[in-house]
Amino acid sequence: MSNTIDLRGICCPTNFVKAKLALEMIDAGETVEFLLDDGEPVKNVPRALKDEGHKLISLKETDGFYTLTLEKIAE
Amino acid sequence: MAADKKKTTINPGNLKAGGFIKERGKDLFTVRLRVPGGRLPISRLKKIAEVADKFGGEFVHLSVRQSIELININFNDFDAVVTELGEGEQKVASCGARVRVPVACGGCEYNPNGLVDTQRSAMEVDRELFGTETGHHKFKVAFSGCPFDCPKAAINDGGFIGSIRPELDREECISCGLCAKSCAEGAIAMDQENKPLYFPDKCAYCGDCVKVCPTGAWKTVEKGYTVRIGGKWGRRPLIGTLYATFLPEEKVVEFIACVLAWYREKAEGLGRIRLGDIIIREGTDSLLDHLRSRFPANIVVETIPPQIVDNQIGNNQVEV
Repeated sequence: MSNTIDLRGICCPTNFVKAKLALEMIDAGETVEFLLDDGEPVKNVPRALKDEGHKLISLKETDGFYTLTLEKIAE
Repeated sequence: MAADKKKTTINPGNLKAGGFIKERGKDLFTVRLRVPGGRLPISRLKKIAEVADKFGGEFVHLSVRQSIELININFNDFDAVVTELGEGEQKVASCGARVRVPVACGGCEYNPNGLVDTQRSAMEVDRELFGTETGHHKFKVAFSGCPFDCPKAAINDGGFIGSIRPELDREECISCGLCAKSCAEGAIAMDQENKPLYFPDKCAYCGDCVKVCPTGAWKTVEKGYTVRIGGKWGRRPLIGTLYATFLPEEKVVEFIACVLAWYREKAEGLGRIRLGDIIIREGTDSLLDHLRSRFPANIVVETIPPQIVDNQIGNNQVEV
């Protein structure tokens, strides 16, 4: 997995804006992993990305942070 | 000298619902404008600015209940102000013992948290009930699109909070766990098969699970308003309590009219008294029974009286 975007330590909504910017550099159909802090980020960012039309695939917890996997959907 | 005398004529229809509030200065009034739900089309905003510039003071005031108030309007100009605002279809609001202009959040059209169309509800209530004389005291209504409740529904005589009842289709669930993670109330936990387990007793009906679910496994099976009644702020604050759940949006006007009918009857002869204080006098069952006869599917089994907020000032006893 090459597309890993680390959004840890970044507050809402800056993390979402960074996620959007990162997704601009990725082709539709590709899978991306976002690393998210517990708390507000893991509650807000997945929902906001789903709202943007992307496909959420999974959410895994590792050592106190979360890995969100999603597929970029073309606009 | 007779030549200096001038008779001012004011159309009494313009004063009927109130909305003209005496200021400190001689002849000067504040004119409170009617902006239901706080939604103000740009064309009306421009007209307001024009009229304020022509007849008012140096500024306008944004009221706590989403109104624009024109300041320093001379009472000789009442008719002209009303006429010119009317060209931009802007009406004057009310004061006194009437149903006031409803307040509302932005609703569901552009706000991602909004579960119901609070703007439509506010417009309907404004159209059907605004200015209705209660016979006793003011009557305030607020609409919140979700349980975040930004408009503070519970400190209104009638407070409406958008809510949805979620239900899970286990077949469509991919066990991602996002719903359990998103639920701020702890109403969802993952079970041994890594599927969500739902605890309705903890649910706030905010819809976060439905919104985050990647596959649509969480579905909305019921949608409407959680209704709180009997709240107010002011000198002796009361927090309104729960009377109805999932009240369909199209029944809001009928519901408020039903509450008003009870209020009118029960407060008869008691003077200037708010709904919440009448509920404290009468007990909650009387109002619950009255509402249940019309809305049997939505009225809760029992509730508690409006909750008195101890403001710690003076002899804050509720008059019973």
